[in-house]
Amino acid sequence: MNPVYYLYLASLLFTIGAAGVLIRRNAIVVFMCVELMLNACNLAFVTFSRLHGNLDGQIIAFFTMVVAAAEVVVGLAIIVSVFRSRHSASVDDASLMKL
Amino acid sequence: MENLIALLIAAPLLGAAVLLCGGRRLDRVGHWLGTLLAAVSFVVGVVLFSDMLGKSGDGRTLHQHLFSWIPVEGFQADIAFQLDQLSMTFVLLITGVGTLIHIYSIGYMEHDERRRRFFGYLNLFLAAMLLLVLADNYLLLYMGWEGVGLASYLLIGFWQHKPSAATAAKKAFLVNRVGDMGLSIAIMLMFTTFGTFAFGPVLGSTGDATEGKLTAIGLMLLLAACGKSAQVPLQSWLGDAMEGPTPVSALIHAATMVTAGVYLITRSGAIFNAAPDAQLVVVVVGAVTLLFGAIVGCAKDDIKKALAGSTMSQIGYMILAAGLGPIGYVFAIMHLVTHGFFKAGLFLGAGSVMHGMNDEVDMRKYGGLRKYMPVTFVTFGLGYLAIIGFPGLSGFFSKDKIIEAAFAKGGTEGWILGAVTLLGAAITAFYMTRVMLLTFFGEKRWQPDEKGNAPHPHESPRSMTIPMILLAVGSVFAGGFFSIGDRFVHWLEPVTGYHHGEAPVSAATVTGATMVVLVLGVALAWLMYGRKPVPVTAPRGSLLTRAARRDLLQDDFNHVVLVRGGEHLTRSLVYVDHTLVDGVVNGTAASFGGLSGRLRKLQNGYARTYAVSMFGGTAVLIAATLLMRAV
Amino acid sequence: MSFPLLTATAVLPAVGAIATAAVPAARRSAAKWLALLFSLATLVLAAVVVVRFEPGGARYQLTESHAWISDFGVRYELGVDGIGVALLALTALLIPFVILAGWHDADPLEDVNPNRRWRPTQGFFALILMVEAMVILSFEATDVFLFYILFEAMLIPMYFLIGGFGDRAHAGGDEAAATQRSYAAVKFLLYNLVGGLIMLAAVIGLYVVAGSFSLSEIAEARASGSLSMATSTERWLFLGFFFAFAVKAPLWPLHTWLPNAMGESTAPVAVLITAVVDKVGTFAMLRFCLQLFPEASKWATPVILVLALISIVYGALLAVGQRDMKRLIAYASISHFGFIIMGIFAMTSQGQSGATLYMVNHGISTAALMLVAGFLITRRGSRLIADYGGVQKVAPVLAGTFLVGGLATLSLPGLSPFVSEFLVLVGTFSRYPVVGIIATIGIVLAALYVLVLYQRTMTGPVKAEVKGMPDLKVRELVVVAPLIALLLFLGVYPKPLTEIVNPAVEHTMSDVQQTDPKPEVEAAP
Repeated sequence: MNPVYYLYLASLLFTIGAAGVLIRRNAIVVFMCVELMLNACNLAFVTFSRLHGNLDGQIIAFFTMVVAAAEVVVGLAIIVSVFRSRHSASVDDASLMKL
Repeated sequence: MENLIALLIAAPLLGAAVLLCGGRRLDRVGHWLGTLLAAVSFVVGVVLFSDMLGKSGDGRTLHQHLFSWIPVEGFQADIAFQLDQLSMTFVLLITGVGTLIHIYSIGYMEHDERRRRFFGYLNLFLAAMLLLVLADNYLLLYMGWEGVGLASYLLIGFWQHKPSAATAAKKAFLVNRVGDMGLSIAIMLMFTTFGTFAFGPVLGSTGDATEGKLTAIGLMLLLAACGKSAQVPLQSWLGDAMEGPTPVSALIHAATMVTAGVYLITRSGAIFNAAPDAQLVVVVVGAVTLLFGAIVGCAKDDIKKALAGSTMSQIGYMILAAGLGPIGYVFAIMHLVTHGFFKAGLFLGAGSVMHGMNDEVDMRKYGGLRKYMPVTFVTFGLGYLAIIGFPGLSGFFSKDKIIEAAFAKGGTEGWILGAVTLLGAAITAFYMTRVMLLTFFGEKRWQPDEKGNAPHPHESPRSMTIPMILLAVGSVFAGGFFSIGDRFVHWLEPVTGYHHGEAPVSAATVTGATMVVLVLGVALAWLMYGRKPVPVTAPRGSLLTRAARRDLLQDDFNHVVLVRGGEHLTRSLVYVDHTLVDGVVNGTAASFGGLSGRLRKLQNGYARTYAVSMFGGTAVLIAATLLMRAV
Repeated sequence: MSFPLLTATAVLPAVGAIATAAVPAARRSAAKWLALLFSLATLVLAAVVVVRFEPGGARYQLTESHAWISDFGVRYELGVDGIGVALLALTALLIPFVILAGWHDADPLEDVNPNRRWRPTQGFFALILMVEAMVILSFEATDVFLFYILFEAMLIPMYFLIGGFGDRAHAGGDEAAATQRSYAAVKFLLYNLVGGLIMLAAVIGLYVVAGSFSLSEIAEARASGSLSMATSTERWLFLGFFFAFAVKAPLWPLHTWLPNAMGESTAPVAVLITAVVDKVGTFAMLRFCLQLFPEASKWATPVILVLALISIVYGALLAVGQRDMKRLIAYASISHFGFIIMGIFAMTSQGQSGATLYMVNHGISTAALMLVAGFLITRRGSRLIADYGGVQKVAPVLAGTFLVGGLATLSLPGLSPFVSEFLVLVGTFSRYPVVGIIATIGIVLAALYVLVLYQRTMTGPVKAEVKGMPDLKVRELVVVAPLIALLLFLGVYPKPLTEIVNPAVEHTMSDVQQTDPKPEVEAAP
């Protein structure tokens, strides 16, 4: 099977994730979409690894997973604490940083 | 002997410094100190004069070099003096008349609380005027030139609480500054042409310079002379300058400072001799002013302003004579000296009249004063006879020579100039007779003012009458004394040069014609003011009279064009500076502010907006990379 | 190694600034005396510099040179030529008068809690000394980078002096005045920062081209031919430098910050701006523009002369139209700076000597006029000319000194500004006659604005508000009298000054490879 199809799939997943980040307001969904994008990247890395015949891509994919796991921990904690204080998980409500 | 020259200037300068910085504790002795120092200067002048007489004609010039003033490369200005016959004449006139007027002022200013300061200013004037005539280069002359302008400014505006006096002082200084501009340009031209502006080198090498340059220098010197000597077109300040105390009018605005222009032209004779075009302009200016001043003098009811018009006119004679070249220089200076005597005497007489009349200046409110002020009447009368050129008195000798010289100019010019000077003599006779009749003859016309204070005309104190008597003596005898054996001509000839001009008509004819116009002028004045009573309020008068009362509308022209125009110009420039120049700056600042205001809106705090811009940016970057690779 | 005299003249006021700032809040008058003492000590040191300087000697004397930022070839290099000595002496001379004149300008009002640690008085005098230190060092710097840093750094204390200490600034009462003042201060800062920024670009450009910041090294390299700049490069670099100096000087149309800054600040600070800080701009034109970029200077001369001419006439006309006497003096200064710049770029020895003397004389005369105006304003509490009238009657000494200051401003012969103005005019006239003639119009206009100012404030009937106005006090007389004496002395005997300045001008003339135009006629001796 042609590995290029995996790349198509990866870009499709990435686009879906990106669209979700841009469009959705629920922080949890946005978060999941970010995960989706990361996984799309992982898929692309693994595919490249296969294409080039070395392990570099797979190593980076592992790195990504580790970082993503850490991110989930921190991110979820933030979301939960925001939800607690504001009773909303909408990202638009957290716009206090603007001038 | 030459070391005494600096003392001439130093004495009054010291007086000015002490009196102006000394404070109130000098109030009681200030006037004596000022007079004493003026007298010291006069005595030094006499000593130098007698020394000069002891030498032969060509070796009479003295030089004193004090120190180098502004040394910069090729530009070398020195504080150095030159005393020759021309300067000597002025020194004696300035210090002599100056001392008399100091004495006069002791009485005249007796009740003024700022008398000390008045004497300080008078001393300052003497110092500056002496510097003007003693300088041996044009730049130092310029210092004296502006110095007398400053003294004149301070003294015209001496009664500063009167807004009219303050305005007149300012006007005098400003108009003079226009003239000074001419002098400074002339000095700059001399520097670029000759590389120096000392009298000796400049006047000695006029033969090598082009006529165009010399004409330019001459015209610029003339502009300066016009300003200082109140010649058309810069004459407008002199009438207003009569706001100053009368001794000031006598000393500065009649006898000495206003004649500085004549000195300048005579001193620069070598330049004018080599620039006939400039000379022609000088003559024209002199002729025009001669008539202008005389006409203005006819219409004024203010005794001092009538005399001011007369001064203008008489200086016109001198400028005209100076413009005639070597045939006229000597007579210009001779008329200057005799004029110094009789006009100072006339002004002091006017001051004496005002002193007795509660400072009233309107001649229509005088009348019949000869009974009340006999000494003033006699001295004023002698001055009057001198100025109209009554045979045997000073003015007769000097003015007659100028008329002769004007005819001797030759050609059509000569006839025109001769006619103008004769006409001027007639008008002089007319307006001076008018002044005389209005003031001393006829019925008394004064009345109590609103507060009920009627003037009590009385003779002035002796400190005032003695200077008047001495000046009257000068007015009577100076001209005759100078003319015996052409004494004055021989005296000045080594400096100014002299060339006897042959008039197309005989000297006797000229004298005869002068006598005829003189009688005509006097007779006309008697018909108008002597035969019938004079109305206290001035009649409306003809168009010319009304114009002449307003200085022939020249002031109105100045007001409309220069003052109003200038106001509009400055006001619009202030507006331009605020809106345009500053506007550009503020506009730049505002546009930056506006731009950042817009850009600020992009930072709306929504995470997804930032995400969009991030994605957009990444997309653009990727597209650019791909595009670059494709190319 | 010999004693670093030049460094000392700059370090002394800087130390004074720190010492003054450290004086405790309650001891205000001690701070004043300390500041005065340090400024006088600086004056003494400056006098030593003047005495040690040999007019006929090397171009730069009393030189010091130390490595500073060696990676970029930046050195701490000092040295003075005649022009620098003259301006250094002027600065050191004026500061004691500025301090003395501003003796009460920064006193807190009565109702301030004395226990607060708030020390405006200490700050005011410390800032003045700080400015002095930086200005003096900038007159001594012969390294372009060092000069640039000082050129910019002096903006900081000036900014606080303008913005923080208006007429009764610390009263904090008048909201509108405070707004005006901060506008003026910001405008001053922004204008000069923009100028400085462009200069920074040019400084970096110069380093790229020449590989050095040292004035003497660059000049040597140019003379020996080992460094040649392309014509366009030289012109761009010249413009970069000139722009900054023209803002500081200020030259039309970059002048609008000056009337605001001088109008809103107290009189002593206004003197500091126009008589001291602005001189750095014109000084730098002489030292850096002409010396580093002679060809470009000659190329730009026509435009600069026209701008200077506009400054002269335009500044004078605007001065006539002002209602605020401080702004009037500011516009008069713009006119005078036009003369200075005209003299510099006329490229004749008379013009450049005249311009240098002009800087000194303008400093003294403006100080005299402005400080007396300041005394007047303090008495009546208004800057508007129309609020005065008849002051001469009640305060004759004040009016007299005001008149002398005014006469100096209109360049009356006998007072020192005449000498310099006439030299500038002659120097310009001998090369550019038309420019010289138009510039003489400036002397008529100067008479107009000075006399109008004097007439409206001092003469006429005494206004009710002016009645009972006290005459000059002893402290104020001590400020004004020496300045007037100096104006008179230098007007009659400017030789000590010309002797110092002339050799420096000769060097500058040879930098730009110009000789004076010869007179047409060899005059008979």
